[in-house]
Amino acid sequence: MAKSTSSDAQMLVRSLHTAYAATPTNLKIIDLYVVYAIVTAVIQVVYMGIVGSFPFNSFLSGVLSCVGTAVLAVCLRIQVNKENKEFKDLPPERAYADFVLCNLVLHLVVMNFLG
Amino acid sequence: MGAKAENGVKPPPLAPSSFPFPFLRTLKLKTKQQELLIRVSALALIYVLAFAVRLFSVLRYESMIHEFDPYFNYRTTLFLTKNGFYEFWNWFDAESWYPLGRIIGGTLFPGLMVTAALIYRALRFLTFAIHIREVCVLTAPFFASNTTLVAYFFGKEIWDAGAGLAAAALIAICPGYISRSVAGSYDNEGVAIFALLLTFYFFVKAVNTGSLAWGLASAFGYFYMVSAWGGYVFIINLVPLYVLVLLITGRYSMRLYVAYNCMYILGMLLAMQIRFVGFQHVQSGEHMAAMGVFFLMQVFYFVDWVKYILHDPKLFHSFLRITLTCSISVGALALGIGMATGYISPWTGRFYSLLDPTYAKDHIPIIASVSEHQPTAWSSFMFDFHILLFLFPAGLYFCFKRLSDATIFIVMYGLTSMYFAGVMVRLILVATPAVCLISAVAVSATIKNLTRLIRTKSKASQTGSSKGTSSLKASAKASLDQALPFQRNAAIALLAGAFYLLSRYAIHCTWVTSEAYSSPSIVLAARGAHGGRVIFDDYREAYFWLRQNTSPDAKVMSWWDYGYQITAMGNRTVIVDNNTWNNTHIATVGRAMSSYEDEAYEIMQSLDVDYVLVVFGGVTGYSSDDINKFLWMVRIGGGVFPVIKEPDYLVNGEYRVDKGAAPKMLNCLMYKLCYYRFGELTTEYGKPTGYDRARGVEIGNKNVKLEYLEEAFTTSNWIVRIYKVKPPKNRW
Repeated sequence: MAKSTSSDAQMLVRSLHTAYAATPTNLKIIDLYVVYAIVTAVIQVVYMGIVGSFPFNSFLSGVLSCVGTAVLAVCLRIQVNKENKEFKDLPPERAYADFVLCNLVLHLVVMNFLG
Repeated sequence: MGAKAENGVKPPPLAPSSFPFPFLRTLKLKTKQQELLIRVSALALIYVLAFAVRLFSVLRYESMIHEFDPYFNYRTTLFLTKNGFYEFWNWFDAESWYPLGRIIGGTLFPGLMVTAALIYRALRFLTFAIHIREVCVLTAPFFASNTTLVAYFFGKEIWDAGAGLAAAALIAICPGYISRSVAGSYDNEGVAIFALLLTFYFFVKAVNTGSLAWGLASAFGYFYMVSAWGGYVFIINLVPLYVLVLLITGRYSMRLYVAYNCMYILGMLLAMQIRFVGFQHVQSGEHMAAMGVFFLMQVFYFVDWVKYILHDPKLFHSFLRITLTCSISVGALALGIGMATGYISPWTGRFYSLLDPTYAKDHIPIIASVSEHQPTAWSSFMFDFHILLFLFPAGLYFCFKRLSDATIFIVMYGLTSMYFAGVMVRLILVATPAVCLISAVAVSATIKNLTRLIRTKSKASQTGSSKGTSSLKASAKASLDQALPFQRNAAIALLAGAFYLLSRYAIHCTWVTSEAYSSPSIVLAARGAHGGRVIFDDYREAYFWLRQNTSPDAKVMSWWDYGYQITAMGNRTVIVDNNTWNNTHIATVGRAMSSYEDEAYEIMQSLDVDYVLVVFGGVTGYSSDDINKFLWMVRIGGGVFPVIKEPDYLVNGEYRVDKGAAPKMLNCLMYKLCYYRFGELTTEYGKPTGYDRARGVEIGNKNVKLEYLEEAFTTSNWIVRIYKVKPPKNRW
């Protein structure tokens, strides 16, 4: 049982790897950005665990800015991905402009919330 | 993208011999332009109508602020315009809740005040020399007009432009909305309903188009709603519930992901800027549903994406198993730890009593005592909705026939808000936009079917109404065999009946507004013996007496209902007011009112009270006075101080003030203050002296003597009575 699950897991990882390698470069860049944002958020949470959450608004604004920009990047990826039939009418310039606008609002609010 | 039937919504209303619109022909407009002109003019008329129907009390009395809560809002707006936003946001008020004070900047919803101040600034900039009170009085009708516009666009989004127009017209005069947005009712709900509908419209638009820009707009709408009213909790729970329903029924799409995530993250961050809301979005149990759905969505869509890129179902199943077990265990663990350690606070009393209506009655008397929090009677539904009550199920039927993301949303909004409207009278207001929208769908769909029947046979001009309604019978008839012989006549008859029903609705709404919802509560009116109108302006008389005849640092003790009015109009410090944030302080006042005079004097000395204000309706027959509210004072006082026991004031469970009343009742402070010198007064012809017209009995203790207080002022109709607390006697 254990051997089959581990070999299952290995096969899973390998096929995921090959499937992912086929995605276009611009989507991979967006994915990299998402991973970077999430890692930053995790680092902040670990730091909060060590040091305590005293200026809670600062902690929240830091974590939410990371999570927010990651989520917005995923939305951008969805809109720019040519395989999504729902968004085939959407010009990519519009998607990027929306992404920039939402990030601008996000970071302005975060700056106000940092205290 | 959402389906919209833009073409052929309205039949072209012109024909060469049509009398009402000859000028349109001379303008040589094409059909589309004629339609646009009619739509725009209808909307303009609806806009003006929504404003005009709310002006009854301004025309009958004067332009003043109504009720109790609006006086606090008015006072804060005045402060804001005089001292600027920074002072307002950091304001600590020492004039209420003496000696505790109140941090106003951190405990109010600033949306309404900031909106009124902005309108005031804009008008001043255009050199209209207007007083802030006029702006405050007319803010609610102005936003009601704007709500009709939003209802039009929302109706267009969920059905078509005809439904939008019908929705705008219905919501312009619906009594459920008018009740809280007349001119003078300067309260949070006037602005909040506009913000609610705007947020929902932007969100549905975002789900229909999948655009980040509309999601950002809905986040801003949500921010405006959070800044305006505590009822934003409804939005932050309805939207996740809607997402959950879509996920479960399999109607999810990428657009939903984009819309919900954008709105949730940005909306949550923006909402936390309001100090009164603070960190509740991450700490309060009422907001956890949204966060739970957020995480669920991430997992769900991630799994969906993996399924898409892995073209092998077997591998995918094992992957699915691993992630599901991981995420469910992590989520349950986090939630469990959060609730167990108390980090995630449970649902607060106000909202918990919505899920369990008996909770407040047993545990929190101060919530149970507010008349707006009582469950709704059927008569209230009929009074506030009229024909919309049976159009609502008809509209639900049409929505289910044409299910889309938008119609699912409006159905959910309608059903949940109707449930809550049944639990608490005040929440009829939240249900009103949903009921109007769904009824508009019924109206628009049936009238389209009827007019299509009429138009199939002949092209003759038909001056049928552009909006009308009918019962389900009509739609069933329409779907029958096309070649019924008297079909056209039947359709015309039904259309006429529908027109009649709608005109009755308009008459009912106007009558309700005029009779029930346009009274300022601070000025009372009655019919005199010869039919002439008699105005009782006692409240303002008393407050202005306080303002002009007492020292500026005098402290006034009264029941919490009048606190806001005393601070706003009398400009004096009060002990408790309508904010009711400190139950013990209110219970102290309640205990003082229910004790004998000497015990009450000790309490009043400890609170530095200089004046006591009571409201008494015995001379005029005014029934919302302090004697009728007295049992609530006893219950709230007794909830904190067990020395006050409710049975002491009742006789065989009955509340009486006449000869047979309980002795403690006949000698408590409230009784003495209300009935001082009343025993000598003849109030009604043929009745003995001391006849209380509000209770309909002759009072029990006519010879009231006061030892520690003296009468300072009684208004001309004895409605408000003010007593001065005497300083302690010299000891020798």
